[in-house]
Amino acid sequence: MTSVIRTHALTKRYGELRAVEAIDLDVREGDVYGFLGANGSGKTTSVRMLLGLVLATSGEAEVLGKPMPAARHSVLPRVGALVEAPGAYPHLSGRTNLELLDASGPGRMNRRERDQRIAEVLDQAGLDPSDRRPVRAYSLGMQQRLGLAAALLRRPPLLILDEPTNGLDPQGIHEIRQLLLALNAEGTTIFLSSHLLSEIEQMCTRVGVLDRGRLVVQEELETLLQSAGLVRVRTPDTVNCQYLLGTRIDHIDGDRVIVRSEDPATLNAYLVNEGIRVVEIGPYRRDLEAVVLEAVARS
Amino acid sequence: MIVVELQKMLRRPRTWVIIGMLVALPTLVAILLAVTDLGPRPGTGPPFLSAVLNDGTLFPLAALGVVLPLFLPIAVAVLGGDAIAGEAQTGTLRYLLVRPVGRAHLLLAKLLTVVAFVLLAVLVVAAVSYVEGRLLLGQAPASGTVSFSGSTLTQQQLIGRTALALAYVVVSMLGVAAVALFFSTATSSSIGAALGTIGLLIASTVLLGLDAAEVLHPYLPTRYWLSFVDLFRDPILWDNVGRGLAVQLAYLLMFTLAAWANFSTKDIND
Repeated sequence: MTSVIRTHALTKRYGELRAVEAIDLDVREGDVYGFLGANGSGKTTSVRMLLGLVLATSGEAEVLGKPMPAARHSVLPRVGALVEAPGAYPHLSGRTNLELLDASGPGRMNRRERDQRIAEVLDQAGLDPSDRRPVRAYSLGMQQRLGLAAALLRRPPLLILDEPTNGLDPQGIHEIRQLLLALNAEGTTIFLSSHLLSEIEQMCTRVGVLDRGRLVVQEELETLLQSAGLVRVRTPDTVNCQYLLGTRIDHIDGDRVIVRSEDPATLNAYLVNEGIRVVEIGPYRRDLEAVVLEAVARS
Repeated sequence: MIVVELQKMLRRPRTWVIIGMLVALPTLVAILLAVTDLGPRPGTGPPFLSAVLNDGTLFPLAALGVVLPLFLPIAVAVLGGDAIAGEAQTGTLRYLLVRPVGRAHLLLAKLLTVVAFVLLAVLVVAAVSYVEGRLLLGQAPASGTVSFSGSTLTQQQLIGRTALALAYVVVSMLGVAAVALFFSTATSSSIGAALGTIGLLIASTVLLGLDAAEVLHPYLPTRYWLSFVDLFRDPILWDNVGRGLAVQLAYLLMFTLAAWANFSTKDIND
């Protein structure tokens, strides 16, 4: 699979402060890549380096197969970006803002195509294309949607989105998630930076975790969450279960018993045979929060 | 890009408010002169102001002499200071740069837009004050206009020299524009950039009034601003006009290069 974003030892220092320390990102075509990290862990600085806004102290970055920021003039027209807060001229309407943005750069569209495309992306992002109000009258959520519409405007094959659901209500978050998943299904690669674990867990196929400027995890989400050799058994007979299995038990959490076993089916047969009532049984999946906390604690 | 920047400038209500204010002051002066008929004595006060009571067609030049020392430079400082810092403040700078717009390209477009603004402002002030001069002030025969040297200028000469004077006023603002643009790349506060520029102009004016600083005078950006009156001597006295052009071009070059050097390697964090 081809890499869409690849960095090698990408580093940014501000004097003594190491904002980003030698990260090796690898985002592949078709990924929804979740870039996780606490506030101040270096996510935004990394995103800005990928886009050529912040210049790296050392290391290399490649976006869509070309070096950044050297090839920014050919790379950036094919990248849609939302970097932290959206930005728009407050005295102009959302539509006019998009028109000006399109007219600013290379490869601007002709008027008819542009009008049509702007109506399309405003609608996609959940804004009314006939809204003539100036952006200053927009709510925070509407501004966020306008920022997203701007990112989608040129049908980029790669979206780099920093906290795209900021300021949206739960319904809005759901809509945007559906929109992004639909775009991904059509082939758009999405690089999603967020501090919201639940958002990443629900959308992403691959996850990178940044902790104090270092990339501590980078893995397929499935692989991260599965944990080989553990089976989760839900049973009202936890005490009997404990007697029966003894040291094979990893830990007990309420009515859930986590057992070291390779095969849930065999374990199930054994337990039932011994008179233990099994409500549920299956491979134990960790939640992302536990994985992240563990990785951060290790580093 | 330059077209987009011009559109943005013309669509901003602020642009027209500033131009309105630039027009308001000469208008007030014209009304006061017309009502009181009290001009400054020849040789004192802003240039041409004593002459307009006789010849209203000179009022555009008097109006420029009124707005040039203070109002116009402040307007240029505000617009130039807003150029990059204002985009940073609204959060649009990063989206322009990832659109992508080249950084040097953006700077150039911003500089040209400020110059276009000065041109527009000067033309509006000149046009409005011409009408005011004809309506409110002296009605001496247009062909009888007298130059500062006492000889008579023909109508054609007068038009040509007025055009030169307008051009000279625009050029006089280039230095301010470049300084403001530089400050605008150095801070993300457009007010800070504008105030920094105005501070520099005030310093220049203070030094001009100080005999001890005489050795610095030829290099100060405000030194030759009012030299456009030399265009109305007969024959035209080119010395100070030439020096004025040279000083402005030097400031323009120096501060545009500084702005470019600063901006092209800057980390955009806002």
